Amino acid sequence: MRSGSSDSYSGAGSLADAGGALAGSSVAAPGLHSQPDSPRTTINPNTIDKRRVLIQTIESPVVSYLKFLPYFKMGAAGVESLAGVRKVNVNVSRRRFIKGVITSSAAAATSSAWYSASAKQRPGGVVERLITLNVNGRKRPVDVLPQETLAYTLRYKLGLTGTKLGCNRGECGACTVVVDDVSHYSCSMLTHSVRGRAVATVEGLQDPSGALHPVQQAFIDELAPQCGYCTPGQLMATVALLKDNPKPTREEARQALSGNLCRCGAYDHYLNAVMRASGQATEVEQNA
Amino acid sequence: MAAHDVMPDIELFQPITVEDASAIAARLDGAGWILAGGQDTYGWLKDRAKHPGAMIDLAAIEGINGINATASGISIGAMTTLRDVMRDPLIAEKFPILTQAAGRVASPQIRNQGTLGGNVAQDTRCWYYRRGLSCYRAGGNICYADSPEGMNREHALFGASRCVAVSPSDTATALVAVDATMVIHREGREKRVPAEQFFIGPAINITHMTVLRPGDILTHVEIPNTWANTESYFEKVADRDVWDFALVSIAAVMKTSGGVIDDARIVCGAVECVPRRLRSVEQALRGKPRNEQTADAVAGLASGGARTLNHNQFKVPLMENLVRRALRT
Repeated sequence: MRSGSSDSYSGAGSLADAGGALAGSSVAAPGLHSQPDSPRTTINPNTIDKRRVLIQTIESPVVSYLKFLPYFKMGAAGVESLAGVRKVNVNVSRRRFIKGVITSSAAAATSSAWYSASAKQRPGGVVERLITLNVNGRKRPVDVLPQETLAYTLRYKLGLTGTKLGCNRGECGACTVVVDDVSHYSCSMLTHSVRGRAVATVEGLQDPSGALHPVQQAFIDELAPQCGYCTPGQLMATVALLKDNPKPTREEARQALSGNLCRCGAYDHYLNAVMRASGQATEVEQNA
Repeated sequence: MAAHDVMPDIELFQPITVEDASAIAARLDGAGWILAGGQDTYGWLKDRAKHPGAMIDLAAIEGINGINATASGISIGAMTTLRDVMRDPLIAEKFPILTQAAGRVASPQIRNQGTLGGNVAQDTRCWYYRRGLSCYRAGGNICYADSPEGMNREHALFGASRCVAVSPSDTATALVAVDATMVIHREGREKRVPAEQFFIGPAINITHMTVLRPGDILTHVEIPNTWANTESYFEKVADRDVWDFALVSIAAVMKTSGGVIDDARIVCGAVECVPRRLRSVEQALRGKPRNEQTADAVAGLASGGARTLNHNQFKVPLMENLVRRALRT
C-alpha cells in the first residue's frame, strides 16, 4: 500500500456505525482493517492509477488552498481545519463540489510545469478521489477510485459488510441500499454518484439505543428470512417502500420487493413482514 | 477470477454542462463512454466485453433532467429516471403507454437508477454479442445466433442483415408510437431526429443501434400533443415480469371518432433491431371500428414478411395476438 492517498486510507473512517444488523442476517466488520471475505474481490494494487496517486502526493500548499477554496467561501462551518479535508461539510452541494474541483484543476495547472503537462491531457471534469460520503447519517471520508461501485466502497472500504453482493450485475437485489429514500442496487451505481446524497445501509437501521428498526422486528416476528443472504436487501427495499407508501397493499408491497430475489422462496413470509411492519394485519391474520 | 467480478480501471468525468460533456467525448473519440444511469454500461465493463477508456457521467448536468409541459407537448430530459417517468401525472394523463412502458422496464431498483435516455440508447441484449464474441455487431464477420446451432429464441423476425439482434427497449416502442422527437446535442448544435429514425438497423450500421455518434449527447425526448389523450394500448410479454427483456412488446395509439379508427400507430418491440411500425396493420385499420372482428381481420398482417429463425417461430402468433389484444376494447 502506498502512503497518503492509497487504499490503506480506507480504514481510517470511523466504523462506529458498523453495528449489528438484523440478528442472524448480517455481520458487521470486525475492525479497522476489514478483509474482503472473498479472494475474488481483493483490492488489486495494479488497478490504482499511479499517476493520479502521484498528483495527490506532490500537491503544493497553494494547490491545496485553491482546491479547498470553495469550502472556505462557505464560512467557518464548512471547514474545520486547513488540513481538514476529511472534515468537509457534507452540505456542500454536488454541483459546487464539482465546480470546485474543476476550478482547482485549472488553477493548479499553472503551479507546476509537471502538473501542467499532465493536466493538459485531462479535460475538465475529472473526479477527485478523496471524497466524503454521508452513510447512515455519518460523514465518512474515503478514497474512491473512479470506477468504484457503491457496494464495493461500502463493503471493502468502509467495512459495512451488511450489504451483500450476490450477482454484482443488478439482477438479484442482495446489494440494495437506500439513497435519498429511494432503493438502489449498490453494485450498479458509482460511489462518485452519491456525493452529497444520504446513503442508508442495513447497519443504520438499528436505533442507537440498540432497539431494532420496526421493519427488522417485523421480519423476525414473521420468520421472514430463511438463509438470510437476501435479507439486508429485502430490508432496505422495504424501508424505501414504507417511506414512500406507509400503508401499501400486499400487491404494492409485492411490486416494491420484486427487484429482490430470494432463492429460498420465502417471498410470502417477506410480504407478511412488510404488512406487519406497516401496522397492517398479515395475510394469515386476515384469513383467520 | 477477479477480472469478471469488479469494475475495470477506467477514468470518470462528471461535467456539469452538455457542452463540456460533448467536448470531452469528442476529445476521447471512441475511448469515451457516455454514462447515464449505467444499468447497461456496468455489465459491459464488468464482463470486459467493451473497453472504453473513460466514462462521461451526465448526472451532474442541469437542464437535462425533469419533465416539462411545453406549448406543443411534453419535454422529458434524457437523464430523467424511469421512476420519475412512470410517476409523472402529466405523462400518465396524456401518454399512458409511456407510463406503462417505463413501469415494465427491468426491476424497481433499475428504474430508480436507469434513465429514459439510457433506456432508448442501450445496446442490444444478444448474448453472443454481450459475451464479447467477435460477431458482426462487434466488428467481426460471423453471426453466432443465426447459425444452425445458434440459440435465437429472442432474436429478430424482421430486418435482419447479417445481425439478428433485436431492440431491447420498452420505452423506445412507446416513444415511436407517440411520434416522439429525440433532441441530440451534436458539435454545439441541436439536432432533432424523429424517434422512428433515431433507431437504425444492421443494414444501415451494424455496430450501432442508434444514430448517436461519439460526441453526440441525447439531451431531451419531446412528445408532441399529436397523439395525446388518444386511445392506447401497451403490453410487454417476457419470461418473467421483472428484469427480463421483452419477447415481444406492443405499443398502440388510436384516434377514434364514434368508435371508428381514423388513424393509428402500432409498434412492436423485440421483433427487429428497431421498434417496428406495423404499417400494413395501421393502413388496414383506418375507417374500421375498434372491435373483435377488426382485430381478427388485421392481426395476420402484423407478421407479414417475417423470416423466422430456428427457435423464434413463437413470436409470429405472439405478435398477431398482441395486435388482437390492442384492438379489443
